[in-house]
Amino acid sequence: MMSFINAFPGSVAQGLIWGIMAIGVYITYKLLDIADLTVDGSFCTGGAVCAVMIVSGQNPWFAILCAVLVGMLTGLVTGFFHTTCGIPAILSGILTQLGLWSINLAIMGMKANQSMNVNVHPLIVSLRYLSDVSKGNRPFYQHPIFVVGLFTLVVIAILYWFFGTERGASIRATGANENMARAQGINTNLNKVLGLMLSNGLVALSGALLAQYNSFADINMGRGAIVIGLAAVIIGEVVFSKLFTNFALKLLAVSLGAIIYYVVIQAVISFSNIDSNYMKLISAVIVAIFLTVPNLRAKGMFQSKKIHKGGA
Amino acid sequence: MLEINNICKTFNAGTVNEKKALKNLSLTLKDGEFVTVIGGNGAGKSTMLNAVAGVYGVDSGSIIIDGIDVTHLPEYKRAKYIGRVFQDPMMGTAATMQIEENMALAARRGNPRTLRSGITKAERAEYQKALAELDLGLEDRLTAKVGLLSGGQRQALTLLMATLRKPKLLLLDEHTAALDPKTAQKVLDATDRIVAQNNLTTLMITHNMRDAIAHGDRLIMMYDGHIVVDVSGEEKKNLTVEQLLALFSQASGSDEADDKLLLS
Repeated sequence: MMSFINAFPGSVAQGLIWGIMAIGVYITYKLLDIADLTVDGSFCTGGAVCAVMIVSGQNPWFAILCAVLVGMLTGLVTGFFHTTCGIPAILSGILTQLGLWSINLAIMGMKANQSMNVNVHPLIVSLRYLSDVSKGNRPFYQHPIFVVGLFTLVVIAILYWFFGTERGASIRATGANENMARAQGINTNLNKVLGLMLSNGLVALSGALLAQYNSFADINMGRGAIVIGLAAVIIGEVVFSKLFTNFALKLLAVSLGAIIYYVVIQAVISFSNIDSNYMKLISAVIVAIFLTVPNLRAKGMFQSKKIHKGGA
Repeated sequence: MLEINNICKTFNAGTVNEKKALKNLSLTLKDGEFVTVIGGNGAGKSTMLNAVAGVYGVDSGSIIIDGIDVTHLPEYKRAKYIGRVFQDPMMGTAATMQIEENMALAARRGNPRTLRSGITKAERAEYQKALAELDLGLEDRLTAKVGLLSGGQRQALTLLMATLRKPKLLLLDEHTAALDPKTAQKVLDATDRIVAQNNLTTLMITHNMRDAIAHGDRLIMMYDGHIVVDVSGEEKKNLTVEQLLALFSQASGSDEADDKLLLS
């Protein structure tokens, strides 16, 4: 019990960080209707770029900015595969992800990880700051939950504005009905590429923040990221869909979904003797169940539902 | 306004499923002309419309809209000149977006998509007025998701969207075929009104011979990838379904008109 309570703020902070990645996944999975597997690679790319730049003495804000830009570049590559080369979206993402494995290693100087020293480098978020703030050694606004929460709100605000613009609306239309979008003169290929870039930019931002939080970037840090992202999107939807109908609130629900996911995972680890190596298996099973339930519901498998909709 | 010159289109060329859908098809529409298109299944009606809209390219020939050669322009660039309504009511609108958002997307057809606001207050008032003219009760539901509308409402909305910015060419691909007779009539009435108000050059495919005669000022019949009947003016006005069938048999040299065309 004590271990769970002690780890709770850390779980929330990590959940918030992954929440930014999940918002990126939301853009492709929900708005563009593309399951983009680039994420597993671009998450690490963001962390690697950020860690290497910070260690080489660059300003951490500038390092984050560069991580975002490189992340967008990975989305551009996937978009190029998908639209120009005509490769199916899922395969395009897998190809980029695979290629990024080598590139991520190269970014970290052909090492499997790159660590930073919180005592030497002026990190923006760090696990260390959690205890520092609670001991009174640092001001509250350096608390990771506060910092990442602020990042999240800024991201949501920007996306809320963007998807209300002509270009943003045309991206939503591309995902909602591609035929209609083209008939209305919308360049759907360009929009898919833009959506993938935006999404992977956010994924890389999340990776950069997580690398700082943990004080290291690791070649495996993005493995299974897409599943965590989908879990957050789906949990957010299931839990908050009745409450949150506004677009900004839907994005917030995704972030909250990521927090719920992390707290639950933390609880499972704390209260059971499960080897943490089984966590990926548990995650996969949980996401599979959450993805199945809406389909079964649509087929009318749950007859006990009060409002029963006919048809598919 | 529209010039189709000798276009050919073959699907699955070189395979057992080879289908010559369009064979040296030529058609010229004058400015403001409203042409109805009939023909049996596989006659090439939809292929012609899709070729004009740029859904796919043609194998040979050229397509010119108001003096602009669009033969090699991608679909989304041609959309600047063309308004379209599809047979499937689900196809012309984005179900998960609001009515006003759909209209705002259509109002920007042919314009670059910038970072300006996707919809303005002035537009909303304009859309409300346009929707009121449809008389389907949509004018008070601007922020409703289009997925909540009926098929007829969605077709009427798509028609409105296609003509919100006056297109050089309006393409209607059996846009009432999926609707019940009463709703179909309402959408057809709206079509007549909107086409007349804006003096739109229009190509309307229909499976209903009576509709083909009652609407528009010129009628063409397609058979086997080209045009076999082309009547306009007084001749078209006085046309009967029986005469049309006779014309078809004569032109195609077969009796299959009876099975394939007597759908109405």
